[in-house]
Amino acid sequence: METAILSRENFGALFESLNKLGYSIVGPTIKDGAIIYDRLQEVSDLPIGWTDEQTAGKYRLERRTDEALFGYNVGPHSWKKYLFPPRRRLWKANRDGKTLKIETESLPEEKLAFLGVRACEIQAILVQDKVFQGGTHKDPYYQTQRARLIVIAANCTEAGGTCFCVSMKTGPRCTKGFDLVITEILEASRHEFVLEAGTPTGQELLAHLPVRAATPQEEQRVDEGVANAARQMGRHLDTSGIKELLQRNYEHPRWREVAQRCLTCANCTIVCPTCFCSTVEDTSDLTGDHAERWRNWDSCFTMDFSHVHGGSVRSSPLSRYRQWMTHKLASWHDQFDTSGCVGCGRCITWCPVGIDITEETNAIRKSES
Amino acid sequence: MELVDPMCPLPFRVQKVSWENSDVVTLDLVPESSSTPTKFQPGQFSMLYAFGVGEVPISHSGSPTEPSRVTHTIRTVGAVTNAIGKLKRGDTLGLRGPYGTAWPLKEAQGKDIVVGAGGLGMAPLRPILYSIAQEREKFGKVALVYGARDPKDFLFKDEWEVWKKNDIEIHMVVGQSTSDWKGHVGHITTLIPRLKLEPEKTCAFLCGSEIMMRFTAFELEKRGVSKSHISISLERNMKCAIGFCGHCQYGPHFICKDGPVFAFDRIEELMRIREL
Ligand SMILES: Cc1cc2nc3c(=O)[nH]c(=O)nc-3n(C[C@H](O)[C@H](O)[C@H](O)COP(=O)(O)OP(=O)(O)OC[C@H]3O[C@@H](n4cnc5c(N)ncnc54)[C@H](O)[C@@H]3O)c2cc1C
Ligand code: SF4
Ligand code: SF4
Ligand code: FES
Repeated sequence: METAILSRENFGALFESLNKLGYSIVGPTIKDGAIIYDRLQEVSDLPIGWTDEQTAGKYRLERRTDEALFGYNVGPHSWKKYLFPPRRRLWKANRDGKTLKIETESLPEEKLAFLGVRACEIQAILVQDKVFQGGTHKDPYYQTQRARLIVIAANCTEAGGTCFCVSMKTGPRCTKGFDLVITEILEASRHEFVLEAGTPTGQELLAHLPVRAATPQEEQRVDEGVANAARQMGRHLDTSGIKELLQRNYEHPRWREVAQRCLTCANCTIVCPTCFCSTVEDTSDLTGDHAERWRNWDSCFTMDFSHVHGGSVRSSPLSRYRQWMTHKLASWHDQFDTSGCVGCGRCITWCPVGIDITEETNAIRKSES
Repeated sequence: MELVDPMCPLPFRVQKVSWENSDVVTLDLVPESSSTPTKFQPGQFSMLYAFGVGEVPISHSGSPTEPSRVTHTIRTVGAVTNAIGKLKRGDTLGLRGPYGTAWPLKEAQGKDIVVGAGGLGMAPLRPILYSIAQEREKFGKVALVYGARDPKDFLFKDEWEVWKKNDIEIHMVVGQSTSDWKGHVGHITTLIPRLKLEPEKTCAFLCGSEIMMRFTAFELEKRGVSKSHISISLERNMKCAIGFCGHCQYGPHFICKDGPVFAFDRIEELMRIREL
């Protein structure tokens, strides 16, 4: 793999080249006191000089002492909103007399560039690939947008307070699933980016950029940076035999204990980059001859989620928290041969009462020893 | 590349409406386009879409070898099923499917068969009886054990004579007796001990409430029928039927694709867990 250096002054060339190649750029930017993902027009849209302080139930932006472009971790948004939109019309139906006609929706034509994708987030995309395009049935929207995607990743050189990608073996270094990966190098006297291509598309992009070859010392800076992030992990999760651990503990008293704290607000499922549940909504207009079907994000924390005639299957908060956590860490392995948790820490940060998936699992494990 | 959206239903037209009783209706449906396949395997279900109201999972209740139409039997309990119940001959609805696993009929060839139905659970089991009738010689003794709350709840009464002619024993039981009922009263579990069967060569197919299926399975086990030869069909909320929406999850399984039909030994443990 060829390694190149792009200077901070030339970073704008990345935006220009992506635009020239026909991509619309989406990436991190500040909105309403958080770093979210949105359309980016220019380098200054990035959260330059900001970082995010995160701990259980808390998130706060803080000024950095430097002008880093990627000096933060992950926020409340995840990339899934572009591949699996929170709300999307699936089809329209028309009734003309006694004839029913179903009209499918057009598929996305825009080419998207994801800029600043972290290692754990790449894994989250690979996990959702399995859900939406890895089985017998494929989601045509997901498949189309995914195929029109270029992933520009960013290695983490600092970790957040709720990160545990090292435990989940998903980071902090990006090792797959990217077209180009960036590592930011920031010192008193220099501000540069080490770029590595992961695919021919990434190579092509690299060829468009005003870069120079990296020296072995500069390549080593990447190793040092990710090693630094690995040392800073805010959380740790022992994953040995985790599927069996949770599956033999469906009746553990800890579930009752956590259920007393859980508000069943569904925040954790909305921020989680792998959660894929959805519901459908059927509408019709006043004439009664035009109907639509929409798909919206849903959460296993709602009562309606498990509704069958006669009531909800999971009516207690205990059963809903247990469903969520055992799905992430255990049954996901049965279903998709991978963990459903990538260790991004979002569910810990954004839980209003600070429930921590690593702590809950550790409590169950400890009680067994 | 032409991508088909698996969430798009296809239009079907109601060919026949037969009310089984005051709230259960059987619909024969013909695809609007002759190129729409209608093949399914006993035990599978489809998603039925009532215009503007919604879509619900409904089992196939007709004959799997019927070449040009599908049949569904629906209890009108809520918004969508009531809208479906209002359809008349010639009306249209949307349908996509079939989905899910089938009753393991191939494995049951050469064996004695117990078909255990509770209430509306008879609907997804009826295709088994059609299949068996077509190749009757391939199966041993066949018994239908059928429980309903009350005599008027029994479905498909006009076919019972045909089934009997095909050498299918019918044992019925009601939860509440009425003046004109002369048969058994109680639960279907009470009928199992009386069945003449050779346990080591018996296969059972059960559909009804989870309690009914569990206890019937336990009775069959007591008789010596292997758990792996007992199949049951599970129900959960379903919004997609293709593994996308997550609603039908049952421990490690998606009922829409790993089920609805499961071998009892695969899920017995899960069935013990409350609110799974
Ligand atoms: C695999 C499978 C096969 C089925 N086969 C049949 C059948 O052959 N005949 C029949 O009458 N019914 C069958 N059902 C049950 C049927 O799907 C529900 O009765 C129906 O969804 C109720 O919808 P509703 O809008 O009329 O009622 P409401 O109570 O208003 O339901 C609202 C929503 O809840 C969900 N829901 C409610 N009850 C159920 C349920 N029991 N199972 C799944 N989702 C539910 C649906 O998503 C529905 O849209 C089957 C269910 C499953 C899962
Ligand atoms: S479960 Fe929590 S830590 Fe794991 S991927 Fe989801 S949001 Fe991130
Ligand atoms: S764990 Fe926290 S974020 Fe998730 S539903 Fe419960 S209270 Fe909400
Ligand atoms: S019904 Fe949607 S995943 Fe099974």
